Amino acid sequence: MENPGVTTANKATTGQQGAQLLASIFSKYGIFLIFAVMVLAASILSPAFLSSTNLINIVRQMSIVGLIALGVTGVIVCAGIDLSSGSVVGLAAVVAASMAQMPDYSAAFYPGLHLPLIVPVLAACAVGALVGLINGSLVAKARIPPFIATLGTYTAIRGAANLYTGGRPISNLTDDYNFIGQGDVFGLPVPIIILVVMAAVTHILYAHTKFGKYIYAIGGNEQAARVSGINASRYKMLIYVYASFLAGLAGLVVSSRIGSGQPGLGIGYELDAIAAAVIGGTSLSAGGIGTVAGTIVGALIIGVLNNTLDLMNVSAFWQQIVKGCIIVGAVIIDQLKHRGSK
Amino acid sequence: MENEYLLIMEGISKQFPGVRALSKVDLRTRKGTVHALMGENGAGKSTLMKCLIGIYAPDEGTITFKGERLHITNTHYALSKGISMIHQELSPIPEMTVAENIYLGREPITLYGLVDMRKMNRMATELLERLHIKIKPTAKMCELSIANIQLAEIAKAVSYNSDLIIMDEPTSAITQAEVEGLFSIIRSLKAQGCAIIYISHKMDEIFKITDEVTVFRDGQYISTDSTADLTDGMLIEKMVGRTLTDMFHKETTDMGSVFLDVQNLSGKGFRNVSFQVKRGEILGVAGLMGAGRTELMEAVFGVTRTHGGTIRIEGKEVSIKSPADAIRGGMALLTEDRKLTGLYLNASVRENMFIANINKYLLGPFIRFGKIEKDCEKMRGVMRIKTPSLMQIIKNLSGGNQQKVLISRWLLTEPDLLILDEPTRGIDVGAKSEIYRLMTELVRSGKAIIMISSELPEVLGMSDRIMVMHTGDKIGELSRAEATQEKILQMATGMSLTA
Repeated sequence: MENPGVTTANKATTGQQGAQLLASIFSKYGIFLIFAVMVLAASILSPAFLSSTNLINIVRQMSIVGLIALGVTGVIVCAGIDLSSGSVVGLAAVVAASMAQMPDYSAAFYPGLHLPLIVPVLAACAVGALVGLINGSLVAKARIPPFIATLGTYTAIRGAANLYTGGRPISNLTDDYNFIGQGDVFGLPVPIIILVVMAAVTHILYAHTKFGKYIYAIGGNEQAARVSGINASRYKMLIYVYASFLAGLAGLVVSSRIGSGQPGLGIGYELDAIAAAVIGGTSLSAGGIGTVAGTIVGALIIGVLNNTLDLMNVSAFWQQIVKGCIIVGAVIIDQLKHRGSK
Repeated sequence: MENEYLLIMEGISKQFPGVRALSKVDLRTRKGTVHALMGENGAGKSTLMKCLIGIYAPDEGTITFKGERLHITNTHYALSKGISMIHQELSPIPEMTVAENIYLGREPITLYGLVDMRKMNRMATELLERLHIKIKPTAKMCELSIANIQLAEIAKAVSYNSDLIIMDEPTSAITQAEVEGLFSIIRSLKAQGCAIIYISHKMDEIFKITDEVTVFRDGQYISTDSTADLTDGMLIEKMVGRTLTDMFHKETTDMGSVFLDVQNLSGKGFRNVSFQVKRGEILGVAGLMGAGRTELMEAVFGVTRTHGGTIRIEGKEVSIKSPADAIRGGMALLTEDRKLTGLYLNASVRENMFIANINKYLLGPFIRFGKIEKDCEKMRGVMRIKTPSLMQIIKNLSGGNQQKVLISRWLLTEPDLLILDEPTRGIDVGAKSEIYRLMTELVRSGKAIIMISSELPEVLGMSDRIMVMHTGDKIGELSRAEATQEKILQMATGMSLTA
């Protein structure tokens, strides 16, 4: 591996160089290798694994947490954290569902209301963006630590979702609305298409725009970003808005998937999303590190793992234990990588 | 137009909680000149510069730049008006590339609104080539050495095409050859009419490159003179407010037995190195950056692994696997980078002092704060640490005082051997002189000292014996009598002195 820092390189033996090369490849692409090995192992352990129905099923199951994880990745890259995303899923789900009930349903939330599909879709996204604005203001303007700020909204927004429906689910949704979560286009489930599109958009946003460069810069060294003339608070605010917007979108998808807006939807999703990002190489200990591709693979790893253990009839309790170990393992790898670069 | 001032700062004051950092100071800089800003640490130089670049807002005073009154409230505004700065606290974004760091906040954009990485890398390549800086623009900052990070910061400051560039200790990490490179950059900037405010503790640089010198002391304006009218002595006197007769306080002491004996030690970054240090002796370790000096000492201290070789303490072979082993063996290590590996920045002076030594102050499970207080208070006196109280948070102290706290920490462990890695980096003349005095007192009391230093006058002034390293090998040793600047440099660049 090149090392521009050392003007006079140590004469390492070829063996050492080989090992170094291997280490650097592993630290860059390790997560993809692990994923490949897992897929290989799963297809050997269970012949049903590689069937297209099963593969589509895996991706569909991880698509909702995947959507949330895309935004959470940006927040963590910016040296923050977002605990509120699961609650945003709940609030966005009930608000969107309330605007998409069958107009002839007598017990409807807004009886007789008939709106074009775009309204509940936009409402879900707007609910998310609004919560993001609150999170962002608390973190960037009021300078409250992100953990505390979003712990507050995590609690309050769940309360708001329950308050909105009085704790009841909102069901009898229009077919149009349910198509988002249940329909197929060209044989692919719509949630998967939404995830792929949003992953592509998010990748471009993070890796190829000024906004993206700045959230990496702020996460890497906020003071340096400020002295380079960057308005750090503005970009911090925006990344929270974007993250919650995606969580709102996830709320839309999940409510239409089950055909009902329930205030309890999305409980625990925030932690699954953080886990996906962390497994995918987003660093919680040092800001400025993380990629969309890594996070998607992180979410897929959780998906493949759950699926394989399901196919092998392993108990759900064991699955939780395994998932926990994987999260900790991912962080250990992250730490080792950083020790290596020191 | 010779006398036209580009920048006039008048009556600037800045108050921090408990400290008046600046009190009605002035600074006037002409177009096309290099203006040195001198003073001990804590004199207010960096604070004034931070007011100019928009990191701090001054409490009072006016800033006139290019004939226009400016109210600089943020860095973005200062940059847009044509003022840029090389920051003393190096501020790269570690996971981003050199090019991304240089053009941070000014990224070129494609027609589609995306960041044009290809153009950015091309711009960076051209910039670095023009400045004769050999760094790859696509290398990540975290892969660079401290010297190269500093060079990248210099390139960044120049890339703004500013009318005024503030250089706050731009040479603290780079080698002599690179300093020459910086000076030629400065000369060409001058020729283009750019003004430079130059802050450095290195006297030779001040006399080599600057046209005028303004001196501050304790937040007060002292004087502005043409550099040609000054001598080292005059300048130091203005800075410290008294005359320093003998900077180094070197005494020849009676040497005792060999304390540390290292034979054929190898490890990451150094090979097959043997050396000894006696009680009462200061062993200087010279070499260029990347010579393996720090790596060698970290291995001796048990921070990193060694392979091959033996370490003897007072004739007895020891196995040092961790710093705890080294401390038990009577060693202490003052690290090169105070902030990264030494200080607990948010802790008090007192905690920073006793932390390495807490076992000494235990009574069962309880910490004997009374005894700590007494010992720390004694250290504060001996070391002449300037702090309002032992409970002061250490990040509020000047660099020199922080260094003294770290030395105090190790002295409290009552070591027989102190390894000091760049003990005076980034600290001012007065504090330096006190650290030298202290080193002399320590060897007089029978302790041994190993001092790694990149400042040759310091190596020559303080060492009894000098070991020179080059890319991981020990090239040779020089006695105090035979050592000269030329010989050390010759060996440090890899030539042995056989001729």
